[in-house]
Amino acid sequence: MTTAFTPYASLFGGFLIGLSAVMLMALNGRIAGMTAMLGGVLEPTNRAGRWRLAFLAGAIAAPLVATLAGAEFGFTSPTTGPLLALGGVIVGVGVTYGSGCTSGHGVCGIARLSPRSIVATLTFMATTFATVTLIRHGFGG
Amino acid sequence: MYRILSGLLTGLIFGLGIAISGMANPAKVLNFFDVFGTWDPSLAFVMGGALITTAIGYRIVFGRAKAPLFDTTFHLPTAKTIDAKLVGGSALFGVGWGIAGFCPGGAIPALGFAPWPTALFLLSMGAGMLLARWLQSLPQRQTA
Repeated sequence: MTTAFTPYASLFGGFLIGLSAVMLMALNGRIAGMTAMLGGVLEPTNRAGRWRLAFLAGAIAAPLVATLAGAEFGFTSPTTGPLLALGGVIVGVGVTYGSGCTSGHGVCGIARLSPRSIVATLTFMATTFATVTLIRHGFGG
Repeated sequence: MYRILSGLLTGLIFGLGIAISGMANPAKVLNFFDVFGTWDPSLAFVMGGALITTAIGYRIVFGRAKAPLFDTTFHLPTAKTIDAKLVGGSALFGVGWGIAGFCPGGAIPALGFAPWPTALFLLSMGAGMLLARWLQSLPQRQTA
């Protein structure tokens, strides 16, 4: 299915993502990486990690409140069921071994010009492209 | 307490940004990578906007402050080596992202306005994270 090209909304959304990352560094001195953020859920008894749970609560609450206030965000999940679960498990294993994902490596890491993050981001962008291309065009599609 | 409040505030901004940008929409994310099909270049604007803002903002923060407002030091990653773990893990993450259309940062805010099937993805991802942590905790065996 096609999706509409939204350069202005995407650029503004990207600006907010960056603003959040800069504020989190200025206030708490922390990288806004979602892999580490979700690690906070896996260690709920760690008191020092409570700000991570607050971040996650805010990240879930903001679009929820905006939707209740009448905002509409597009959402379609082309992958469902067992295949979506398989993709989830692979993402979970990958980001743990790779020590980060799109936010930690792709935004915060590259912004610091970290060589590790640049290599990680180029690697996962390439394998995502290869996977999507193979699934959509590789099997006689 | 301040750290928890700033966590909540930055989380709210992050979640709103992800939702507005389209990163929480798997169809849109997958279309970014489908250059030979239903290509949607929007994701480049998300990444570009986030990256430019963060790069400039970090420079200002690190240039003006010796420490963050609510902590004694900046907690920056110390790992420097580019090893098989980093590259292999990142490669695997891309395969999963390409199958699911969700990355961790996209899925968390999506839970707020599209609970299903986002919850299925997040639970599976949590299982994968626990599996990887368990594998990493095993003693390294010597291969003969």
